[in-house]
Parts: sequence; C-alpha cells; structure tokens
Amino acid sequence: MNALMYGLGLLAFSFLSGQFLGEELGVWLGVKANVGGVGFAMIILILAKDFLEKKNLVNEDFKKGIDYWNMMYVPVVIAMSASQNVKVAVSSGFLAIIAGVVPVVLVFMFFPYLVQKLKPKN
Amino acid sequence: MQILEKILDKNGLVAGILVIALIILFSEIFTKKVLKSKIPSSALAILMGLVLAYIGGLFSGGEKGLADIEIFKGVGVLGGSMFRDFSIVASALGASFLVMKRAGFLGLMSLLVGITFFFIAGVAIAYLWGYRDAVSLCTIGAGACTYIVGPVTGAALNASSEVMALSIATGVVKAIAVTILTPVFAKKIGLNNPEAAMAYGGLMGTNSGVAAGLAATDPALVPYGTVTATFYTGLGCLVCPSLFYLVLNLFIK
Repeated sequence: MNALMYGLGLLAFSFLSGQFLGEELGVWLGVKANVGGVGFAMIILILAKDFLEKKNLVNEDFKKGIDYWNMMYVPVVIAMSASQNVKVAVSSGFLAIIAGVVPVVLVFMFFPYLVQKLKPKN
Repeated sequence: MQILEKILDKNGLVAGILVIALIILFSEIFTKKVLKSKIPSSALAILMGLVLAYIGGLFSGGEKGLADIEIFKGVGVLGGSMFRDFSIVASALGASFLVMKRAGFLGLMSLLVGITFFFIAGVAIAYLWGYRDAVSLCTIGAGACTYIVGPVTGAALNASSEVMALSIATGVVKAIAVTILTPVFAKKIGLNNPEAAMAYGGLMGTNSGVAAGLAATDPALVPYGTVTATFYTGLGCLVCPSLFYLVLNLFIK
C-alpha cells in the first residue's frame, strides 16, 4: 500500500512541478499561457522513475497507481469530448474532416521518399 | 425519481464514471458487431462523446455539452483539465530512455518531421478556413497531431471550447483515417519492414490509429510502429503550446 502511494505521490509531484515550470516559463516569455507544462511533467516523471529504478526502489505496487491513471487517459478524453461546446463547432465540422484527412494522405504519398531521407547513413 | 436525481446530484463524479463506462461499452459492441473491428473502439467512443456533447448542447442551450445537463455534470469533472493532464502525464510511465534508445535516430527524426508537418498542415488549413488568431490556429494545428495534443494545447493557451471541440474532432478524424488507410497503402509505400514501421509510427503518431492500422497490415509490425508513436503525444504536448505557439505568434502578429 505504501509503495502504491509513493508512485502516485511521484506522479502528483511531477504534475505540479511541470505545471509550475510551464506557468513560470509563460510569465518569463510574456505569453498568457502554460508553456509546455504537461511535457515538462512527463520528462520529470521519466527521469525520476529511471533514477529510482536504478536504485531498485520501484516495485510493482509503485507502478500500479501511475498505471491506473495511464489507462484512464482514453476514458478521461471521452469525458472531455462530451463536455465541449460541440453545438457551435458543428458549423466548422468540415474543417475537422479536411484537417484530419489531408495531411495523412500527404504523408502516405511522400512516405517512401521520407523513409529514404530519414534513414541514418551507414 | 426525485431520490435518484438527488443521488446523482450528490455523487456527480461517480455518475460521470458510469456514463463513460456505458459509452465505452456501447462503442466496443458497435465496433465489434457493425464495423467488424475496423476502427479502434477508443476513436469511436471519443466520437460518441462529441455527438453526446452536441445533443447535450441542444437540450440545455449551454456551452459545456453533456455536462450542462444537471445529472451529467460529473462528466465535466472527469473530463476537466486536472484529470486530463494528470492521466496524460501518467502515460509517460511506459517510456524510458532504454525504449528511446531503441527507437534511435530514425525514430527521433521521424517524430520531429511528423509533428512539425501535421502541425503546419493543420494551421494552414485552419487559416484557409478563416481562423486568424494564434491561439485558435495553434489549437487546431495541435489537434491535427493527435486528439490529445489538441486539447492539452488549447487548455494551456485558453482557447475557446468551440475550438477545443474542433481540435479534438480533427484528431479523431486523423486516427480513423490512419486506421483505414494504412492497410490500403501499406504495400505501395513499402511499409513491410521494422525500419519502415518505426519511421511510420513517428511520422503518423496517433497511437491508436498506428497500432490498429499496422495490426490490419501485418501484426508483426505493431511493436515497431508503437515504439515511436508512443512518444508522439508527449513530444507534441511539449512543443505545440511552447515553441510552436511562440513561432506562430511571430507570423500572426
């Protein structure tokens, strides 16, 4: 039980530190936004977990709490979708279809070329 | 009936969990029976969420979709920015520097090219559509990356709920498009070896789409595609509301 809470505690710590960094960076850059807070939090979590793993402090229970929230992410996104102002957005629904499909088709078209370019030269 | 309403009102978040569970159950049955598992059930469930938000908006006249209906207000709590960001941060659990090393240079390059390309394409299309403010453009461009990067970016930049909905919808359409088109194009574009699958995962990104699309093409390629795609959302959440927004600001102002 303790390890479970330590895992969750680490997740909470990473989350809050990331938010803090994001807000600070926003103020520093002079933009009214949380600049990359979620991304920073992820990096902090990965670094902290790797560090603790090397010290053999991570066990199954430690991961369980974090993994629960990891698995919750699609359900949370569904709940988020269900609470947006879709009624107003519907008039621009066609935009979502174009912006969702066109870039995908373009990547398919240029894929063979891109793979050649991206391959490291041996 | 009054007692039921009182219970639902007092326990909003718990009621919200039940509603989402029912949505997932319905979409899983629907994808299996009607769509023959051709579309990932998560994408369909998100789409259903958007449809319910539309219906909720019609009924209540409010701006928070289903959450404006009193007995469903818990859905808004569960889908609020706190739980969303918390669970997205938790998804970094699966990542480690060991996995990153395996993805290697090819993986990193394809991720950077993929995110940048989808963002620019999304911004350009939103601009042509008539959006002119950096916040909305950035949110829709981020939505063209994935349906997670979009709302995370939108929330960080204080975008309107309408633009957030568009951005989520764009990401969902992308996931579905990737799923359907991958097996169609795979042969023509040489998507038949681990290296190509890794580049593909990084370029396309959207995790559920890549996994489902590759599974329909050749199940052996799935782990190679997802090893890079896993990082796409995290990297997108990092660069879209920061670097990309600042660069976009320079062009728009």
